[in-house]
Amino acid sequence: MNYHWNWGIFLEPVKSGDETYLDWLITGLGWTLAVSLTAWLIALCIGIAVGALRTTPSRLLVMLGNAWVELFRNIPLLVQMFLWFFVAPEFLPREWSLWVKQDMPAKEFITAALCLGFFTSSRVAEQVRAGVGSLPRGQHDAALALGLTLGQAYRHVILPQALRIVIPPLTSEFMNVFKNSSVAFAIGVLELTFQARQMQEDSEQGIETYLAVTLLYFICAFTANRVMALIEARTRVPGLIGKPA
Amino acid sequence: MGEFDFSVWQPSLPFIRDGLLFTLRLTLVAMSGGIVIGTLLALARLSPIVPLARVAGAYVDLMRSIPLVLVILWFFLVIPFITGSPVGAETSAIITFTAFEAAFYCEIMRSGIQSVPRGQVNAAFALGLGQAQTMIHVILPQAVRNMLPVLLTQTIVLFQDTSLVYAIGAKDMLKAADVVGKNYNRPVEMIVLSALIYFTICFSLSLAVKQLQKRVAIIR
Repeated sequence: MNYHWNWGIFLEPVKSGDETYLDWLITGLGWTLAVSLTAWLIALCIGIAVGALRTTPSRLLVMLGNAWVELFRNIPLLVQMFLWFFVAPEFLPREWSLWVKQDMPAKEFITAALCLGFFTSSRVAEQVRAGVGSLPRGQHDAALALGLTLGQAYRHVILPQALRIVIPPLTSEFMNVFKNSSVAFAIGVLELTFQARQMQEDSEQGIETYLAVTLLYFICAFTANRVMALIEARTRVPGLIGKPA
Repeated sequence: MGEFDFSVWQPSLPFIRDGLLFTLRLTLVAMSGGIVIGTLLALARLSPIVPLARVAGAYVDLMRSIPLVLVILWFFLVIPFITGSPVGAETSAIITFTAFEAAFYCEIMRSGIQSVPRGQVNAAFALGLGQAQTMIHVILPQAVRNMLPVLLTQTIVLFQDTSLVYAIGAKDMLKAADVVGKNYNRPVEMIVLSALIYFTICFSLSLAVKQLQKRVAIIR
């Protein structure tokens, strides 16, 4: 156990270039936030839609929703990243495919955000379906009896309640997005894990590097948790059992 | 649309099989080790000895809040300092996954133990069983049975997560597909093949878990 500690390493310049290691980590944090937040936005939009579809009376829509969830749940995230990055462009028309492979700006970022967004959407859909299922049947019937169409009932009665009920499980999904965004290193997104590996190799101060990066992930997850807790307190459904605001 | 050439699947099979064997070995070792250590952690978390409960709780929370890729990198870096000599990526992966999954199995076992009705414990004490006997013969069997579907679902997640040993270059199935893809210059076809294999295994396992869920529910 003779490790040479050097906490000043973060302020030292990297071996090739005029940045410091701290600059690398800040860039990494920026990409981690960008990928995670974009993915979360995509996941919420698709997840709510797919989750709602799975509770409709239409057999076909339920089946489509189920297929979506099973597809994204049963392939490892890393393999999905490779699928979107290397395989998906092959299915485009020739000129598009070439453009995507050669000229598309921020290709790694867009691929990672889409991939993580779709992956997370299947988990959000699962929660939303459970939330809709937990509503009393009377809410749905009463909405229809008032003359709302099914679409209006979902829009004005069912989803506004269901979404507020499932905020706690969505909170852990939001925290998972930050953790899962680390897989994006594999397709070359310059996010925190990528920078950690790069800094560890370049500086040979692995323990300091990983401690700093671990702390940054902690801060992300903790902030996500607090933001969701705030939203939960603000949007609590009156009259349901729950902690007082 | 690019041209695919799936004939590369044929010569890749022996490599894929070897990789898959490692993936399965990693999954099984991490599952059994993880469940055993996880159960011990759960007992520690529920123990009346406050420092023990605190330490176990801190370990579990720590593991659950760091990305798995980072945990894999951490262990790969730290294990040689502890053992004094470098270990291979495969050994490192096995240790990492056992330690990491233990935290997740711990939480499952904890809720399993807490789901056993109080009356069971009282009845066991009334019959004259000691603390340990009650735990081993009365509580744990029911906890495991209640949580069996969840334990298996976690194992499916674990099976998928093993692909992340890519970060340290351990030779699992995905790595094998990657190597063959590079050697034959057919990376796209090999990614598709590994996705199909993962999907087939995970989807059939999750269907099996759903069946099991219907059968093992304890009737009260």
